[in-house]
Amino acid sequence: MSVPLEEVDRIAGLAKLQFSADEKSKFAAQFNQIIQYIEKLAELDLTQVEPMSQVGVGINVFRDDCVQPSLTVEQVLANAPARKLDFFSVPKVIG
Amino acid sequence: MGAFEPVIGLEVHIHLSTESKIFCGCSTRFGAPANTQVCPVCLGLPGSLPVLNRRAVTFAARLALATHSVIRPVSTFARKNYFYPDLPKGYQISQFEEPFCEKGYLDIKLKNGAKKRVRIHRIHLEEDAGKSMHAESYVSGDETLVDINRCGVPLLEIVSEPDLSSAEEAYAYLAQIRQIVRYLDICDGNMEEGSLRCDANISVRPVGSTALGIKTEVKNMNSFQNVQDAIDFEIRRQLRLTEQGQAVEQITLLWDAHRGVAEPMRSKEYSHDYRYFPEPDLPPIQISEAWIAEIAREMPEMADEKTRRYVEEYQLPLYDAQVLTEDREIAVYFEETIRTAKDKKLASNWIMGEVMRALKEKKGRLADLPVTPDRLGELLNLISQNVLNQTTAKKVFDRMLKTGIAAGQIMKEQGLEQISDQSELESLVQAVLAERPKEVAAFHQGNTKVFGFLVGEVMKASSGKANPKITQEALRRLLQARQPD
Repeated sequence: MSVPLEEVDRIAGLAKLQFSADEKSKFAAQFNQIIQYIEKLAELDLTQVEPMSQVGVGINVFRDDCVQPSLTVEQVLANAPARKLDFFSVPKVIG
Repeated sequence: MGAFEPVIGLEVHIHLSTESKIFCGCSTRFGAPANTQVCPVCLGLPGSLPVLNRRAVTFAARLALATHSVIRPVSTFARKNYFYPDLPKGYQISQFEEPFCEKGYLDIKLKNGAKKRVRIHRIHLEEDAGKSMHAESYVSGDETLVDINRCGVPLLEIVSEPDLSSAEEAYAYLAQIRQIVRYLDICDGNMEEGSLRCDANISVRPVGSTALGIKTEVKNMNSFQNVQDAIDFEIRRQLRLTEQGQAVEQITLLWDAHRGVAEPMRSKEYSHDYRYFPEPDLPPIQISEAWIAEIAREMPEMADEKTRRYVEEYQLPLYDAQVLTEDREIAVYFEETIRTAKDKKLASNWIMGEVMRALKEKKGRLADLPVTPDRLGELLNLISQNVLNQTTAKKVFDRMLKTGIAAGQIMKEQGLEQISDQSELESLVQAVLAERPKEVAAFHQGNTKVFGFLVGEVMKASSGKANPKITQEALRRLLQARQPD
């Protein structure tokens, strides 16, 4: 399997990222390397192996339904590139 | 061209009424000042890790049992990836390949009294996103403001099969879900505050066909009326297109309640490529048979069971039982009232009449009604004991609504006790008979209609306080005594 350039475009679009033509061909090559590496797994017979969603061994790690203190508004907004009143301000998303 | 029929499936989201969020300890309280219920987990800050709220799982299991769904012994979380400013992590933690439960159903009641079974495809746990402000006066034209408080509020998404065939059925299904989640005490069901939300998948197909047509998704319906109006609108639009031989496009539409139209979202906003993958930060949920049994034991009595019990145990008419159990708050109020009130049918009449009227007029919640169930019970017992007649009792009730004072005290203050004392009533009757010789003579000549008039005169003389039953008995007896030989 090989990743076409259009696929790199699509993935960049979903991630809201923009790349030059050079970068795109570089990423396409890297994507292909990664996929070829993963495709090695196809050489194994896994018919007897249960699919797993996680490498951890834990199960049912819960917390009780208790309210804990939140951050202050100042802390919450400390890293905001832009703020207005007590909100995060971002470039307009609809309209 | 033959006839076409609509096919509708609903995706309903309910906010679980836990105290804290699904993956952290921030409060879920609605209406808090912006960004005051936010922590590193909500913000997706590096190094923060989600930990699942046990109560959210218990609530999911309650709904699974109430909808006859099959709970997966093991279910897992997945990341749904998309970029939007109200989702700081860049993904929503949801469930994808292994949802909490599947293959359930609800029996909905239609207006004509018929029942219809609607299959539930799946129910899964997920977190809500934050809130974006676009239109408020303090938002300038080139910005969107974001409040993260809602990020991480626990949700259950209930996905139906496309078994609904009209806006009315969709409404009935949604009403049924609302009733169930309120009975289960897992969600307040408030659409205006967004704790119950609904998206509709709609398509049309030739009658008799089993294949599904191209569907559209309608969003942003934030009241029961909106749901009905928006679905009706979209069905009509698709039928019109189909009749003109045009294809329905697979799009997402936003309902605009003010203009009464559903308009397509811009294509960029619904690129459905979420690249789900298993959430590595949360271990799977394993639900044992013993846990399910424990939750089953704690299940509250549901509306249908209550209805049956009210008829069998309290001998209420089926109609009363259905009205009283429609909303859990009303049912609980009724049950608390009859702990004091001796006459259950009288309690039913008053709650269906006066109490519901008062709620409608005040547009308030039952919990805020100044007349508590035990106070209502006391008032009703005064009627049963003939201390108050219905008319005076209603006046007392109105006063109780305004002041929250007990019935007995209001009666004393206003001198409203019913006159049930035999000799006192007899002297009232004697006085009326003495003033009305003509009517008395007419009665003795066989004009029995006059009797009602004379009862009315006694009531008037007593300012409405005479006990009607004892008054009638006294009147009959005293008229007889005056009968000429």
